[in-house]
Amino acid sequence: MAEKPIQGEKRVFMTGNEVVAWAALAAKAEIMYGYPITPQNEIMHYWTRLAPKFGKRFLQTEDELSAGFTTLGGVLAGRKAFTATAGPGNTLMQEPMSMAEMMRIPSVVIIQQRGGPSTATVIYSQQEVTMTTYGGNGEGLRVVYSTANHQELFDYTIKAFNTAWKYRFPTFVLGDGYQAKMRESLTIYDPEEKGLEFVPTETFLGKAPVNGVKQPVHLRNTYNTEEELYEVITRYMEEYLKVAPEIIEHREFSCEDADIVVVSHGVVSRAAKVAVQELREEGLKIGYFRPVTLRPFPAEELKKVAARAKTLLLVESAFGQMAKLVKDAIFGSTVALENLFKPGVGITSEEIVVRVKEIEKGALAK
Amino acid sequence: MGKAVKIALAGEGGQGVQSVAQIIAEAANEEGREVLYIPNFGVEQRGGVSVAFLQIGTDPIGSPKFQKADIVVALSDRAVIRTRQYVDEKTTFVYDTSIEGVEEELPKNAGRILGIPAIEISKNELNPRVFNIIIMGAVIKATEVVSENEARAAIEKKLGYKFEKNPELRELNFKAISRGMELVEKAR
Amino acid sequence: MTMIPQMPKSWRLESKPHKFCPGCGHGLVLKALGEAIDELGIQDKVVFGADIGCSLLAWDFFNVDTVQTHHGRTTPVVTGVKRANPDVICIAYMGDGGGYAIGSQHLVNAAARNERITAILVNNCNYAMTGGQMAPTTLPGMKTETTPYGRDVRESGYPTQGPEMVAAITREGSYVARGTVANLKQLKGFLKKALQNQMDGNGFSFVEALSTCPTNWRTNAKDTWAFVEKEMTKFFNVGELKNPAAKEGE
Repeated sequence: MAEKPIQGEKRVFMTGNEVVAWAALAAKAEIMYGYPITPQNEIMHYWTRLAPKFGKRFLQTEDELSAGFTTLGGVLAGRKAFTATAGPGNTLMQEPMSMAEMMRIPSVVIIQQRGGPSTATVIYSQQEVTMTTYGGNGEGLRVVYSTANHQELFDYTIKAFNTAWKYRFPTFVLGDGYQAKMRESLTIYDPEEKGLEFVPTETFLGKAPVNGVKQPVHLRNTYNTEEELYEVITRYMEEYLKVAPEIIEHREFSCEDADIVVVSHGVVSRAAKVAVQELREEGLKIGYFRPVTLRPFPAEELKKVAARAKTLLLVESAFGQMAKLVKDAIFGSTVALENLFKPGVGITSEEIVVRVKEIEKGALAK
Repeated sequence: MGKAVKIALAGEGGQGVQSVAQIIAEAANEEGREVLYIPNFGVEQRGGVSVAFLQIGTDPIGSPKFQKADIVVALSDRAVIRTRQYVDEKTTFVYDTSIEGVEEELPKNAGRILGIPAIEISKNELNPRVFNIIIMGAVIKATEVVSENEARAAIEKKLGYKFEKNPELRELNFKAISRGMELVEKAR
Repeated sequence: MTMIPQMPKSWRLESKPHKFCPGCGHGLVLKALGEAIDELGIQDKVVFGADIGCSLLAWDFFNVDTVQTHHGRTTPVVTGVKRANPDVICIAYMGDGGGYAIGSQHLVNAAARNERITAILVNNCNYAMTGGQMAPTTLPGMKTETTPYGRDVRESGYPTQGPEMVAAITREGSYVARGTVANLKQLKGFLKKALQNQMDGNGFSFVEALSTCPTNWRTNAKDTWAFVEKEMTKFFNVGELKNPAAKEGE
């Protein structure tokens, strides 16, 4: 039997893409399907080098449509299968992921966001939020984790497999090109040694006969009448809403007495954290709110914060994609909304501080 | 609260900019500091200016890129032009004096401008292949992010296998670090 | 006296020196293509589609109308142009991934429909711009970033032979050839015939060009030439596979 890829725990300093490969190994993923697209290629580079040592498999497909559908195939065969993509590849991924939503296939996909739309840049953005949370021709019955640092990239890639296999919704880890290519330190570990239990997989296709008897399964994603579809989708949605509280994650601090709460996700939330801490030290009443799951969105938690604050400052490297989720979540709230949108461009804590002070000044002027 | 030191290193592909940044990053990380390193990257595989962004501090780093650097090191004329955007009155701008006609391009708004003859030293005194290690010495002297010993340890870790075969390389690299540090000391 | 290289008239001076790596075959293919366009006198009628990959660097290469598309989608975009306006000369320029992987369904269907376009595919046995992953044309045993232990044909099959596939699909009127940057004169001849075939309204024209990538092959100049001249030709035959004009001439 192949040895464990990570024994105990180890402090390492590596790029985000390498972290993802190790996390998938740690999660006992068995097979990766993938197609080259910057900035996530190194996930495949590390996986293909490590795979033979640990009895793992890999297929480079002809494109992302295939990478997505082959991943679904691997999952249906009862294996922990995953893929990774970015940008235009994520656009293509929507077709297979729609099938995953319809058929409740527990796929895991890592997205390293880059500039959009179209080819744009290979570098960075937070512009794939709308697509990853609500892409395809469905209702967004997905789970999306937005990571902010390498420790989370490791932790949540492992968690994604458990979430997917437990709740049976396609699950995404939403990173970005900066996280993919930057180096910082984290602790990698063997999840089971830390007491983490893996949710077992289930074989849908190709199950062996039991006691000599084979029970064939017939999996469909097509319905004949509107009513049939309505019944299925309503049932899925009820289940999704029921389990959402178990899945939702967020972070917040200093919101209780805050005038302005900075709302951000992913790598931008790091800058927001530094900014809010600095502003507090200067005596300003600023709070920090960060959805970790973009889908399902921490709506109740944000509603509570919005009820107390005067203004929410929505900060993202996109033109309002997270903002749309926020507005949907807090509908009915009378809190003021301000933006700091920089599509495809990184945001520093200094810029957030400047923007907050601008808003403060404007508020005082009124 | 200690703010992270922000370092931007830029040069032509092949000048070893990313290697230097990575060695410093690993040295600082070994010492338990918070470190974040990211290279610039675009579509071209070869030919653009290579830029390394490095931040070293005591608290988790806020964002991978920054607007203004504490120190900029530019090793070619294209690198000087490319890195001007990271300069303000608090920035120390280090450039190699062998870059022809660079004086007009230097950012006038920099807090301090240091010209060091690293290319010349590497060609005439040491070895052209340790040019980037001289630069590394310059960076650590200018920023004090790691000590000379920590830098030596990091080089040993990265290139130790080469030093085993050829012990002279160790001396050469260590000398290059010291020399780089001296150049900054002198230029101040 | 310094020699000034002769650049094709259809080349755009403002984008030179170009951004391809030193030793890249694209520059050579585009030179042959530029000369072909010059000699045929069609510069003002050409619509040039560039794929995503290293071919995208050709987006401002020529003084012709150029459109950058998506990976593998150059063939359909250019097909769309030609169908809407048959008077233009449409070129779809792509790499081995853009033609034989993600773009293969479009290549196959354009060939099957005998679209009057000229597809030019640059084959360097890897996905170069994304850092050197395996491509459909990667040779057996060849090391790439996703075949770090060498391409295993039991796992991923043999290198795709595109012109052979296109020749098998197309009927009359199609021009199919494989050239190489190691014989630029011959390659230019193939490109001219491929364009002429479109101008004559005969059918689908396809030229694959064996090309070099020392950056991802990690070869020096000598080994780079050896690879394209000796290794690649073990799997990819250079020559014309289909030539409607030849039949008439006989």
